[in-house]
Amino acid sequence: MSTPTESTTPVGATPGPQGNRGLRPWSGRSGRWWLIVGLVLGFAALSVLRVVTGADDLTSSGTIRATLIALSPIMLAGLGGLWAERAGVVNIGLEGMMILGTYGAGYFGYTYGAWAGVIGAIALGMIGGLIHATATVVFGVDHIISGVAINIIALGAVQYLASLTFVGLPGGGATQSPKIPSLPTITIGPLSDGLGDLEDQDLFLVSDLASLLRALCTNLSVLVLIGLALLVLSYFLLWRTAFGLRLRSCGESPSAAESLGVAVMRYKFGAVLISGGFAGLAGGVLAMVASSNYRDGQTGGRGYIGLAAMLFGNWRPGGLLMGSGLFGYTETLGLRQGGTSVRALLLAVAVLAVVGGVVLILRRKSVGGAITIGIGVLVALVYFLIDEVPGDFVTMAPYVTTLLVLAFASQRLRMPAADGQVYRKGSAG
Amino acid sequence: MSTRLVSFLLGLLAAVLALVAAFAITSLVLIIAGDPVGEVWGEILTFPEQRNLANIINNATVLYLSGLAVAVAFKMNLFNIGVDGQYRIAAFVAAVVAGEAWLPGYLNTALAILAAVLVGAAWAGIAGLLRATRGVSEVISTIMLNFISTSVVAYFLRKAAVREEGSNTLGTREIPEGSRIPSFSIGDGPGTEIYGFIFIAAAAGFAYWFVLNKTRFGFNLRATGQSTTAAVASGISVKRMTIGAMLISGGVAGLVGLPILFGDSYSYGSTFQSGLGFAGIAIALLGRNHPIGIALGALLFAFLDEQSNPLQILVGVSPDIVAITQGVIVLTVVISYELVRRFGVRLEQQQVAKADRPVDEPKEVTA
Repeated sequence: MSTPTESTTPVGATPGPQGNRGLRPWSGRSGRWWLIVGLVLGFAALSVLRVVTGADDLTSSGTIRATLIALSPIMLAGLGGLWAERAGVVNIGLEGMMILGTYGAGYFGYTYGAWAGVIGAIALGMIGGLIHATATVVFGVDHIISGVAINIIALGAVQYLASLTFVGLPGGGATQSPKIPSLPTITIGPLSDGLGDLEDQDLFLVSDLASLLRALCTNLSVLVLIGLALLVLSYFLLWRTAFGLRLRSCGESPSAAESLGVAVMRYKFGAVLISGGFAGLAGGVLAMVASSNYRDGQTGGRGYIGLAAMLFGNWRPGGLLMGSGLFGYTETLGLRQGGTSVRALLLAVAVLAVVGGVVLILRRKSVGGAITIGIGVLVALVYFLIDEVPGDFVTMAPYVTTLLVLAFASQRLRMPAADGQVYRKGSAG
Repeated sequence: MSTRLVSFLLGLLAAVLALVAAFAITSLVLIIAGDPVGEVWGEILTFPEQRNLANIINNATVLYLSGLAVAVAFKMNLFNIGVDGQYRIAAFVAAVVAGEAWLPGYLNTALAILAAVLVGAAWAGIAGLLRATRGVSEVISTIMLNFISTSVVAYFLRKAAVREEGSNTLGTREIPEGSRIPSFSIGDGPGTEIYGFIFIAAAAGFAYWFVLNKTRFGFNLRATGQSTTAAVASGISVKRMTIGAMLISGGVAGLVGLPILFGDSYSYGSTFQSGLGFAGIAIALLGRNHPIGIALGALLFAFLDEQSNPLQILVGVSPDIVAITQGVIVLTVVISYELVRRFGVRLEQQQVAKADRPVDEPKEVTA
């Protein structure tokens, strides 16, 4: 039987012309140093920005704590994407699986207690993963089509289930669940107080660092910690074990993997299931940590944003963390003195653009450099002309940031070679 | 049987198979949830009254345009998930332009439609440009643009809005009587009017078919969609095609909100219908990117939406159940087309084998 090579448009960056030029950020051994250097520099820059613009909420411990909560669901969704795409299955159904997760947390959390909510969120996300795995791996359906279908089904299913189960309960209704009992949080009392004092001193860099540490030891939800642990665990499993190597080989070259005896279909199926579980947990975090009940439309596209964070992170856990941090941070800023804080960020963008433009010109790319500098000057003008960014533009900031970052970074990205391609058993040799 | 007839019958079989499967799965969900299955289907599958029929046709018109917009990009293997943002921002601009009424009568209408098409195209063009020059996946960028357009429209709506007395809703200035597109009635009584825009939608469908199948541009577009390497080898600029396809897709998306704008609401307000773009994706998939298939898909979705409306009141079941049906249909359609395709290939192979035999046998005798 002739098997036409079916391929979908990969959800990812099309490989750049000569994808290999220059340093590739955050991949490989030198990449890890880049990651750390980048984080430290970024933090220092924020500190400078805080002192220069006087936008104190840029690095307050409140902002950082809120950022941790905001980045968790995005990071977990991105982890879901990472597992699936490393095995070669594009999962745009993350959003739907996350929606299922929010409902799972709401229903099981209310009925059986907080931890049951966590399990319920994971389980419901995995049901979404099961559908996606069955459609893409077993029936060879185009990955994006299946994902879109899952997003539609999940939204409908959750609304249907909510009006079936939550109506009539105290505080519940067709669009929201009753309050879910909360998960424990961790506070290291004395440390937190001491750091709080230091934070109030308003010293350059020292206070900012204190607020960062303070956020980490005050009222930190265990679910956020579990999320971070899962990120590390995923890195270890996928890059440091034979299991991970086999799983990634399914995403790079399934036919080669199969000819070496890897049960490709089983790995892909399993990876998509796990992916669904992560997305479900992401939904659980939204319902239980970022909020205290299930609400209709709670995900607000975070599944897609998780996917974008993963792209931005070059299909690596460290990059994914940075991507979701960036998004969570801009989202949080919008909620805390949004107009002032986002205005402060404009200055950073302007400086970055001008510096980037100069670098481009030095590399003899004068057109691109000139355009970039022009953008920088324009942004700087906006910064000096307005006192506060209007509210609607503040809510827009995370999405614009994602778009800009992708536009600047995507040519250096490399996705798994066989990502998004439908593979049929026995296609090897 | 001729091969054309066979392939038509197989296509029909696939569609029926998909519907039956979706029907079965939805019933299963209803049974598990303990809802009355028979009553739900009895309510949905009754023949619609004139008033409902008009609603179905009107909603289908809107969904059809959305499906077409998605399909243009699909033909190039591009996923325009941003139709939602494109039509909202375009409808807003059209509402402002038409409301300002710089030109008299239908000239004003034409100008507004043109503005909508251009704005939709430009908004989608950003994603096309990012994809062509920076390699950013259009899936992600169009999703981001959806969110951005929500904020942009909200901001400018506040600037351009005229607040009606005694009402809390923000809206643009109403389109003058002379620039509205007249509706026609399919029955008697109120609520049986069909948007006049349906003819423009039909024309768009024809244009879609014509451009894709009868022009060089359409050929290039389909060729690039099917094999980028072959397209490059034959001298097609993939970058230009990417931007072109996104521009057209966005332009069509710009039309999506207009039937409502010119035939019903006459202004763009904060309550303007959203979410039509996502339905368009499902409908384009359902209709296999064929102009008539998309029309059937749009009618089916509009039918399900309209017929499920009274479910809550009549049988106490949430109408959201049809969203499950719609999503499942998208999956089962693709799966059943794949199964039927494999079946068709086997059928063809058998025929070829049969046809080969008489030629082979005498050869063996003479050898």
